[in-house]
Amino acid sequence: MENKKTCLYDKHVELNALISPFAGFEMPIQYKGIVEEHNAVRNACGMFDVSHMGEVLVTGKDATNFINYIFTNDVKDSANGKCFYGMMLNINGGVVDDLLVYKINNEAYFLVINASNIEKDYNWIKNNTHGFDITVTNKSDEYGEIAVQGPLSEKIIEEILDLKISDLEFYSFKEISYHGEKIIVSRTGYTGEDGFEIYSSPTLTNEIWQKLLDSKKVEPCGLGCRDTLRFEVGLPLYGDELTDEITPVEAGLSMFVKLDKPDFIGKNVIERQKVEGPSKKLVGLELKDKAIPRHGYEVLNLEDKVIGHVTTGYHGISVDKSIAMALIDAKYAKLDNEVKVKIRKKTFPAIVTKKKFYKKSYKQ
Amino acid sequence: MSKLYYSPSHEYILVDGNIGYVGISDFAQKQLGNVVYVDMPEQGDDIEKGEDFGAIESVKAASDLIAPVSGTVLEFNEELLDNPKLVNEDPMKNWIIKVELSDPSQLDELLDENEYKKLCESESH
Repeated sequence: MENKKTCLYDKHVELNALISPFAGFEMPIQYKGIVEEHNAVRNACGMFDVSHMGEVLVTGKDATNFINYIFTNDVKDSANGKCFYGMMLNINGGVVDDLLVYKINNEAYFLVINASNIEKDYNWIKNNTHGFDITVTNKSDEYGEIAVQGPLSEKIIEEILDLKISDLEFYSFKEISYHGEKIIVSRTGYTGEDGFEIYSSPTLTNEIWQKLLDSKKVEPCGLGCRDTLRFEVGLPLYGDELTDEITPVEAGLSMFVKLDKPDFIGKNVIERQKVEGPSKKLVGLELKDKAIPRHGYEVLNLEDKVIGHVTTGYHGISVDKSIAMALIDAKYAKLDNEVKVKIRKKTFPAIVTKKKFYKKSYKQ
Repeated sequence: MSKLYYSPSHEYILVDGNIGYVGISDFAQKQLGNVVYVDMPEQGDDIEKGEDFGAIESVKAASDLIAPVSGTVLEFNEELLDNPKLVNEDPMKNWIIKVELSDPSQLDELLDENEYKKLCESESH
């Protein structure tokens, strides 16, 4: 099957980006280079085409109860205009997807899901609507999305796009009338820096991208540095740290699972796992050597027995060390524990660390 | 006089007699992007034509280094241990290993500069 293209594809070609398939889309991996783009986001401002992300609208009288039934976080008593991070779980507690839920009001929610899971999620949501008075619409093709990230993003968006967004708190959003259409802007992101995500029609997405580009104050950034940025601050990527087989407890995401709300899919498994303790755990690893642990490499104990595998690994750009996240046997998951990572033919010593290798700088 | 050869997997070998310096081509370093680690064999290791003798890691990915010839490693470039990005700066000057060729006739199977240039042109389209 041929890969899809986002509405900004031609812009990436114009910019001479390195383009590769990702999650069924032809996506820009880098423009000038991963390191330069990564540093632009940490120190100034970068923008990402994330139009491949899926959007699903859930509306209806039972929308709040339905979201709370399929989603691990609790949206019930919150004010409108808030964003929630959480997961949809299967009946075994495994993660169907991790997503953002935007609460428009008690009867309307905007779900932002991973590109690789659009079909799966949409079907999953539809198949669980029994007994709820709601309508589910896949809006993925109607929206483009640009993530503007970095410490200068607030100032630049206000100045270049003439959008008033400084009043947005972290993890909140608003709908704004802009160039004759209603766009959504949230103070969210996937880099560990302050930043915003802008959802608008494909045409307007192109206009916004071009304006930001022409200002020369925003570095176009590819998925390459999106991955290095999110990884350094310990944010999971579906397919690496999260899968249908991994529970939020194992992934260290229990804080996004609200067990004090009524029943939701997967709840009983999570409750049990919280009591019994998970058998495997996602940890951080730090190597003394410069060799780089990559996704899928084996993690060994000191007796060379396989105890897990690397989910993501890099030479951390902002921390200048070989670091990884790995899913390992919980027995070995204690901080400072010594393990080994097999990299090609050799093994390298590593110590268990926290998953956050670099401090987030969110605006609180 | 030394002579330069390339392999289709983008390693070069600069040969003088039966001694050669093996590194990666300028085309390859550009494709890789920022090099952050070079995994090199030890002095005295045997390498075999067509087999991997190490790896080169950029931020994005790890790529195997494929031996253009068979032989014995006389030296690895220690400077690359602390400063792998030298490969990006000047890949020709910053070779990866120095080898003693066990069968110099293998060089005939490699590409010369012109042939290699054509290969790069075809791969970049």
